[in-house]
Amino acid sequence: MATTVTHLKAQLGAAAPASRATQDAPWVRWSLIGVALVFLGFFLVLPLAAVFTEALRKGIALYFQSFTDADTLAAVRLTFLTAAIAVPANVVFGVAAAWCITKFNFKGKSLLITLIDLPFAVSPVISGLIYVLVFGLQGWLGPYLDAGTHPWLGDWLNQQDIKVIFAVPGIVLATIFVTFPFVARELIPLMQAQGTDEEYAAITLGASGWQTFRRVTLPNIKWGLFYGVILCNARAMGEFGAVSVVSGHIRGETNTMPLQVEILYNEYNFVAAFAVSSLLAMLAMVTLVLKSLIEWRYAQSRATHD
Amino acid sequence: MSITATQITKTFGTYTALAGVDLHVPSGKLVALLGPSGSGKTTLLRVIAGLETADSGSGRIQFHAEDVTDVPTGKRGVGFVFQHYALFRHMTVFDNIAFGLNVLKRKERPSKDQIADRVHKLLKLVQLDNLGKRYPTQLSGGQRQRVALARALAVDPKVLLLDEPFGALDAKVRKELRRWLRQFHDEINLTTVFVTHDQEEALEIADEVVVMNQAKIEQVGTPQEVYDHPATPFVYQFLGNVNKLQLPWRGFSNADGSHGPFTDSSAKVAYVRPHELEVLRYRVGVDGEVASIRTIHAAGSVARLTCVRGSSEFVDVEISRQRLDELALAIDDPVLLRVRRSRTFAEDYAI
Repeated sequence: MATTVTHLKAQLGAAAPASRATQDAPWVRWSLIGVALVFLGFFLVLPLAAVFTEALRKGIALYFQSFTDADTLAAVRLTFLTAAIAVPANVVFGVAAAWCITKFNFKGKSLLITLIDLPFAVSPVISGLIYVLVFGLQGWLGPYLDAGTHPWLGDWLNQQDIKVIFAVPGIVLATIFVTFPFVARELIPLMQAQGTDEEYAAITLGASGWQTFRRVTLPNIKWGLFYGVILCNARAMGEFGAVSVVSGHIRGETNTMPLQVEILYNEYNFVAAFAVSSLLAMLAMVTLVLKSLIEWRYAQSRATHD
Repeated sequence: MSITATQITKTFGTYTALAGVDLHVPSGKLVALLGPSGSGKTTLLRVIAGLETADSGSGRIQFHAEDVTDVPTGKRGVGFVFQHYALFRHMTVFDNIAFGLNVLKRKERPSKDQIADRVHKLLKLVQLDNLGKRYPTQLSGGQRQRVALARALAVDPKVLLLDEPFGALDAKVRKELRRWLRQFHDEINLTTVFVTHDQEEALEIADEVVVMNQAKIEQVGTPQEVYDHPATPFVYQFLGNVNKLQLPWRGFSNADGSHGPFTDSSAKVAYVRPHELEVLRYRVGVDGEVASIRTIHAAGSVARLTCVRGSSEFVDVEISRQRLDELALAIDDPVLLRVRRSRTFAEDYAI
C-alpha cells in the first residue's frame, strides 16, 4: 500500500539524524513550514472548527434538538441503510474483481481495470444522470418498471410497482456506483505484490478454490480490505452529487444526510444544518482515526510476518 | 512411482516454451532438469504438476501408467516446492505443514492428534524439531526451504517436484542443503524431479540429468555420461567450461601415443575442456600448438591459465598446482599446448 510505505518512510526519516542535504537556512525552513501550516489552518482546521461553532452557536440544547426532527432522523436512517447495503455489495464486487484481475490472466483484463476506475473518472452528477436515463420514467427501462403498463410481466411484478428513481433503490444504486472502485483499487496493488505462489502452493496441497481464498488469500489481504471498507463507507455516507440527482429530495423519504444539510441550510436553519454537518464531520474523523490505526496495525503485521 | 511425459507442447501466445518434449523419470530416482533460463524446464515441471496445462491436442502425462493429464493438481498427488518457498506467511510453521491435511474432506481428515503427530514427525525429518511455533519470517532461507519440503511431504505425494529449490540461497547454504537433499532422497526414496540452472548442482546430486535448451531436451543421462559424452555442442558448452579450438591445430594425441595435427581435415571446430589440455614449455622439435601465457590464476585447488594462440584465440587451461610449479611459468612465456581429448560435432563441419 503506497500510503503505508510513505508513512513508514516518514517515521524512518524522523528517527534518523538530519542529513546534510536538509541543511537549508532557518528562514527557508520556517517559511516553508509556515506556509504549510497556514494552508492547513485555512483549508482544514478553520472549516472544521466553523462547523462545530455554528452547530453549537445557540447552545447545546438546540444542537441536540436538531436531531429530534423526524425528517432529519429519517435522513440519518436512510444514510446508514444506504451504506449498509452499498459497502457489503462493494466488498463482494471489489474482492471478486481484485481476485480475478490479480490471480488470473485473461483477455480484456486492462479493459476491466479501466471500467473499475470509471466511477473515479466520471463526475458524480453524471453518474446520477446515467441512472435517471436508464431507470427514469422516460428512460430505457423506466416503462418496464411502471406498474400496469405491461400485463405480460405477470401480476406479481406489476403489483410491486418497483420505483428506482426518486426512491431508495436509486440512491443505493448510485452510491454503489460511485463507491465501486474503493475496495478493488485498494486490493489490486496489494494482491499483485503478493503474487500467486501461495495460492498455487495451496492448490498443490489439495485445497479447493474456496479453501484457498478463505485460508490463504483472505488472511493476507485483511488489513488492505479493512482499509478499503473504511474509505468506501466514508464515501458512501458522504456522497452528494450522484445521490442528489436520483433522490428527488422527498423529505423524510429520499433525503440522505448530505442532502438534508443542503435543505436545512437553504431554509436558513443554520443550527440544524451545521448540527447534521457535524455528524458527517465526526464520521470523517472516526474514519481517519480508524485508518491510522489500521495503517499502524498493518505496518506491525508486515514487520513481524514479512 | 515413475513419471512419463509424451509429446508435451506448450505455447504462451507466440512463444513456444515446450516443443514436443518426451520425458521418462524412473521410479525412485532423483532427476535434474537442467538448462539456461527460458529453456522450458520450469514449464515442464509445472505441466507435470498440473499447474500449467499443455496445449490441447498435445501429449499425455502418466504417473506409473496411470494417465493424469486431465486430473487437477490437487488430486495428482504431487508435492511441489516453489523457488521462493511460497510459505503461508500468516501461519506458523506447524500450520503450514498441517495445511494439506487440514483441507482434506472431513471423512478423510485425520484427527487433530494424528495431524499433530504427523507434523512433528515431518519437522524431525527436516531437522526443525523446535521451530513449529515460529512464523516463516522468523526463519532463515534454508530453514524456510525445509519447511516448504515438509509441507509438500505432509500429503504423502507420489512424486516430489522442486522448482529451483536452492536458487534463492547463498552459496554456502546451497551446498549444504543440496547434499542434505541427496541424503534425504536416499532415505525416503520418493521419485523426485528438480529444476536447476546450476550445472554443478545437477551433476553433484542427480541420478540422471535432463539437459534442456530452447524448449527441447538436448540429452538425458547420468551426470558422468552427459559430462564426458555431450551429445550436442550446447551440452558441451553448458556443462562446464569448454574451449572451441579453431582448427587446424597441432598437438592432438594419436592412438599410438605420438602427437600430430587433427586427423579429420573437414572439421572446423574441436571442443576441448580446460583440463583436457596439456602445457609444455616451448622447445623446438616437440609437437604441439604454440601459444603464450596471458594470465595465471593459482588461487584455488587447480591453476587456471589463459593462453593466447596467434593474435586473438584465447584458450583456458587447467593444470595441477604441482605441474604449475614444475613448469615455473611467467606471463608472456611461450608454451606448447597438447590436446588429450577432444570432440567435434557434425553441424560444425564445413559443408
